[in-house]
Amino acid sequence: MAYAGSDRSGRPAGVPVTIKILIAGGFGAGKTTLVGSVTEIRPLRTEEPLSEPSTQVDNLQGVERKTTTTVALDFGRITIRDNLSLYLFGTPGQERFWFMWDELARGALGAVVLADTRRLADCFPSVDYFEQRHIPFVVAVNCFEGARRYRPDSVRKALDLEPEIPIIMCDARYASSGRDVLVVLVEHALQLMSGPPDRATAGLPSR
Amino acid sequence: MPTPRDRWLDEEAGPVVRPYALIRGRTRPSGESLDLIAIITAVRGVRGDPVELDPEHFAVLRLCRLPTSVAELAADLNLPLGVVRILLADLRERSLISIHHPIPPARLPDPRILREVADGLRRL
Repeated sequence: MAYAGSDRSGRPAGVPVTIKILIAGGFGAGKTTLVGSVTEIRPLRTEEPLSEPSTQVDNLQGVERKTTTTVALDFGRITIRDNLSLYLFGTPGQERFWFMWDELARGALGAVVLADTRRLADCFPSVDYFEQRHIPFVVAVNCFEGARRYRPDSVRKALDLEPEIPIIMCDARYASSGRDVLVVLVEHALQLMSGPPDRATAGLPSR
Repeated sequence: MPTPRDRWLDEEAGPVVRPYALIRGRTRPSGESLDLIAIITAVRGVRGDPVELDPEHFAVLRLCRLPTSVAELAADLNLPLGVVRILLADLRERSLISIHHPIPPARLPDPRILREVADGLRRL
């Protein structure tokens, strides 16, 4: 990936502005597909303490005293202009990596919660997470082929979403669709920031 | 564990052990935690001491000759994030890098920046 956001002439670069957006949703909802459709995807590894539930999942045979496990995150960068970049991070799908979300969410502009209508309940935890922390989010219904189409109203009702939370139908495989979802999120975050003061602190670090 | 460092850095240590050997078993960097999108830039005109630093430190310095995010450094070096954070803490202690912490969106000096992001996305 080219460092389009930097200055190759040797002149000191200006203040870089970096913006973080999370792509959340249940396992298989299309998070990796969405990140990959709008930008070059890059795997990011992080080592995390091995928790009890994952001990049952990872095959530890032959690995003595393994105390950490590797969590892979997808991330991608979109360069808006010199010194202005947008970073997308796919959140780890399994709930055993829940604790990683706090780090990812710190200072995030907002989140896209991808929903698969065949398994709508899978995105409940993501919706709860962002609602509780007042992090701006939109719900993007990934329209899988062969899946029954639902109207946004039905999805809103099923997810018990506040009327101001945008719901967008998308196809995460297409860059144009993924991009539209991101635009809706940025607009939504902007609107919240210029709205009531209690919401203006959304996305600020909690500490 | 007070194992001699050079023994850990033996080439036969393999790719899994090596990252943790080079950070001497540390799992937490000193100082404040670096955000994934903090921007790291190598300080110009200063050279790290090859006796004090490992090849991975120099690899980080090479990559951030141009401003680079922590996440990109970890991906480019194919090292776990925790390892990269510790390498960066070492470099910061020696004043070999400058760190630009991200500004939370609600504290951006100019809200027009977000408008710019939305417009920029539309042009993609």
